[in-house]
Amino acid sequence: MKTLKRLFRRLTSWMTSARDDALLQAEFEQHIAMQTAENLRAGLSPIEARRQALLKFGNVQAIKETYRDQRGLPFIETLVCDTRHALRRMRKAPGFTAAVILTLALGIGANTATFGVIDSILIRPLAYPQAEALVSVRHTAPGLPSAPEFGGSSSMYFTYREENRSFEQFGLWSASGATVTGVAEPEMPRALFVTYGVLDAVGVKPLLGRWFSQTDDTPKSPETVLLTYGYWQRRFGGDTSIVGRTLTINSTPHTVIGVMPDAFRFQRDPELILPQRFERSAQFLGGFGFQGIARLKSGVTIEQANTDVARMLGIWLKAWPPNPGIDRTVFENARLAPRLQPLKQDVIGDIGTALWVVMGTLGLVLLIACANVANLLLVRAESRQQEIATRAALGAGWRRIAREMLVESITLGVLGGALGIGLAYAALQLLVAKGPDTLPRLHEIGIDPLALAFAVGVSVLSGALFGVVPILKYARPRVATALRSVGRTFSDGRERHRTRHILAVVQVALALVLLIGSGLMIRTFQHLRSVQPGFTHPEEIQILHSMIPMAIAKEPERVMRMQHEILDTLAAIPGVTSVGFASRAPLESFLGSNLNPIDAEDKTFASGRVPPLRQIRRIAPGYFTTMGTRVVAGRDFSWTDLYDKHRVAIVSENLAREWWGDPGAALGKRIREVGPADPWREIVGVVENVYDDGVHVKPPEFAYWPALMDRYIWGGENGSAVVSGMFAIRSNRTGTEGLLAEAQQAIWSVNGRQPVFLITTLEALYDQSMARTSFTLVMLAIAGGMGLAIGIVGIYGVIAFVVSQRIREIGIRTALGAQPAGLLGMFVRHGLWLAGIGAAIGLVAAAGLTRLMSSLLFGVTALDPVTYAAVSALLIVAGVMASYLPARRAIAIDPIQALRAE
Amino acid sequence: MLPVGSPKSMKDTDVRQGTLALMVLKTLDVLGPLHGYGIARRIEQISGDLLTVNQGTLYPVLLKLEQEGSIASEWGASENNRKARFYRLTRQGRKQLQEEARSWEQTTAIIERFFAVKAQDLK
Repeated sequence: MKTLKRLFRRLTSWMTSARDDALLQAEFEQHIAMQTAENLRAGLSPIEARRQALLKFGNVQAIKETYRDQRGLPFIETLVCDTRHALRRMRKAPGFTAAVILTLALGIGANTATFGVIDSILIRPLAYPQAEALVSVRHTAPGLPSAPEFGGSSSMYFTYREENRSFEQFGLWSASGATVTGVAEPEMPRALFVTYGVLDAVGVKPLLGRWFSQTDDTPKSPETVLLTYGYWQRRFGGDTSIVGRTLTINSTPHTVIGVMPDAFRFQRDPELILPQRFERSAQFLGGFGFQGIARLKSGVTIEQANTDVARMLGIWLKAWPPNPGIDRTVFENARLAPRLQPLKQDVIGDIGTALWVVMGTLGLVLLIACANVANLLLVRAESRQQEIATRAALGAGWRRIAREMLVESITLGVLGGALGIGLAYAALQLLVAKGPDTLPRLHEIGIDPLALAFAVGVSVLSGALFGVVPILKYARPRVATALRSVGRTFSDGRERHRTRHILAVVQVALALVLLIGSGLMIRTFQHLRSVQPGFTHPEEIQILHSMIPMAIAKEPERVMRMQHEILDTLAAIPGVTSVGFASRAPLESFLGSNLNPIDAEDKTFASGRVPPLRQIRRIAPGYFTTMGTRVVAGRDFSWTDLYDKHRVAIVSENLAREWWGDPGAALGKRIREVGPADPWREIVGVVENVYDDGVHVKPPEFAYWPALMDRYIWGGENGSAVVSGMFAIRSNRTGTEGLLAEAQQAIWSVNGRQPVFLITTLEALYDQSMARTSFTLVMLAIAGGMGLAIGIVGIYGVIAFVVSQRIREIGIRTALGAQPAGLLGMFVRHGLWLAGIGAAIGLVAAAGLTRLMSSLLFGVTALDPVTYAAVSALLIVAGVMASYLPARRAIAIDPIQALRAE
Repeated sequence: MLPVGSPKSMKDTDVRQGTLALMVLKTLDVLGPLHGYGIARRIEQISGDLLTVNQGTLYPVLLKLEQEGSIASEWGASENNRKARFYRLTRQGRKQLQEEARSWEQTTAIIERFFAVKAQDLK
């Protein structure tokens, strides 16, 4: 307390120091005057009286010094003084200062922005109260082929809610679209279906109205809906009277019971939230299409919850009937096991590696920038050498000099950092506005106090880092010896340039690491691009999703005829080459996968074993032609197949090869989906593989069914059609507003109440599937380019400096008959030597570091010899160029001039 | 005589400052508000020739006490009508003085007893 009080007094008095000094002087004068008067009274002569008084008082200056040290904060005073000096020196060298601050601003800005992204996505907890207690409840089935991971089934909802000991709340959710009609144009917003418990688990209260209650969850009670803030604003202009109004969703009236707040976020970014209802008496074991979410009771760990779920799985397996047509042993043999994970991990997915690699890369760029700045500071310190030596000779301690130099470099670092924070802020604003949807938690990205602290820390640290180099060289304890060596510049040995050499080598080495990183990404990108994806010219394919509401057409055949009519209208649009219809477009796995086990008539599977899961897609004739998917054997479906309900199928080449060895051999074989009495369908065609999950993933095996069928396990009594599907249009006008408007018009001309949604092009989907690679590629390429440029400048700077220092020597050599080629060679060899050592160190470092990014690579290993060789060669050539240019100046020197120099 | 030159050894300074501070507090307690010269004179008088201070060294001590809040100062007129800075004891200073005086007495008592003990007493 006392110490604190003193510190505060010191702080305040430090600000009023000038006035206090005058008062102190007055007080001392007064004291001495009183003593003098006393001495006079004792009979001393006036002169002697004052002399004695002064003697008795002691050394006025020394006392003042002690007094001042005690009064103010001498450390801060010198710091302020040093900073003022540093700023003054910077103003005197605006070019140097601007170069340094700009370099640092770019380096620190890039690092801060990336850290801001990492902080927002990976570090900050999710925007829910006590988000760390939220887990996603997932399962795995080691007993099934390829041990898939999935969410939960409706029967699990009941068991888990009733039997659990570790959840405070538990619920299931799923995301899909829901049609909204009756308000303006028909549309299909993203909908989130939640059971009771999901919103309670995340714990975000609605802005208006109320949450779902258990009644909303009960089948046959009135239908209700919650709006999210964005949809409420967009569709109803934030009208608060919305609560209680009725919306027609999926052709049924729903009462709006509330609006979620702006800050509410959920996976898949929903616009509407609808209750998920389960009829308890009609639930089976299977059907794992839901996602589970739970809030753990306080103090319960994920391991404990996993044990609890494992226990409940035993109860669940006995409590519910298996789905019709599937044997109970199938579920037993699947050996379901819980796999809970923090909800955050679910949300952010696998973006972490890419972000950390980018962060590491930009860290290296900052290091190179620091090396560069250190080099510039060295040149400045060189020119101040005499001043420093003089000051040291006059008694300035080396600590004092070192501190002043350090203050200067940290000031530079902080100024650069301040500008860098500005740049990072602008960059993140841009990212949030234009950023890819594939980036999770995009709208939460920003610079928070942690990112700001990071920026300040990095600024100060880099200032200290590049500041310490000239200090080690010039402000060491033996500083005074420098005085001797100044005067005429001598042509001196390697010793003198050692620091500069080390810096250049470090720059080259780091640049090589960056270039190899970007080289590997370029090779990855090349490999991805060279994969034949199973479709051609994706830039020509326009994709529109559409849905025929039940209220318009219920009969499967009518639905199909309507879609057929739309296809014909679309095909008639000028510039359209072909059109196709399917349940979904390639590369749309983000809509959820449609995997089911497929059985073959001539294959037998052990009882209680499920046949492997295959990707199912339903198509109409012309789909493959439009996509450019080659038919390898057999034929495409025909309209007769569809309308006459022929039981036919098409499979992908990899499925045909897996089961029958050859595409041709698959024709005539019969397959079906595993389930109650799905009819056998004869394979009439085999098509090439389609990389449906992205070109970096092995293409899935496909079974294609006709869009219209008379009997299907998932269909009704009258057969099955694809109610919600995708129209693909191949045209040279793809992506233009004109084509889109005409296509929408074509759909609405057939049916005016049909929503059109998820409008995109196949190229956009294709690019999106490579978004992570291209993002990393661009970042690494920028970093590599910066690294190369700075590294080259580093070598150039060293050679140019060496040349300028050795002008006299060059003059003497030339005068004595040295050949220009020999001189040129001497300097180029010098540069080559630096580049070579740098490259060698860089190669070793790269071999270690690139391993960290191996999960981002495709088709190349982290030690790809082509990349390593090409990048090293590039760097050596660049090094030769960078030393050749200044070396040419050396041989152009006139010996007479050179000897006269200085 | 206590060595009271320009402070070189920190340890020495601390001891000296501590003693000096206690004397300043006691002086102000007994005599009421006083200027620096008066305090210095008083300390000299009381301690006789045993303690001659370099009077100037008093001022850093006064500053420290003021920063700690034990004394306060204001400018006023001296006996011969000159402007002088007067120091006075604050409430906190009085409390501090009492505490330190007590601990000082305890220390002296202990030391006294310690020296009074004869060898045979320890058997």
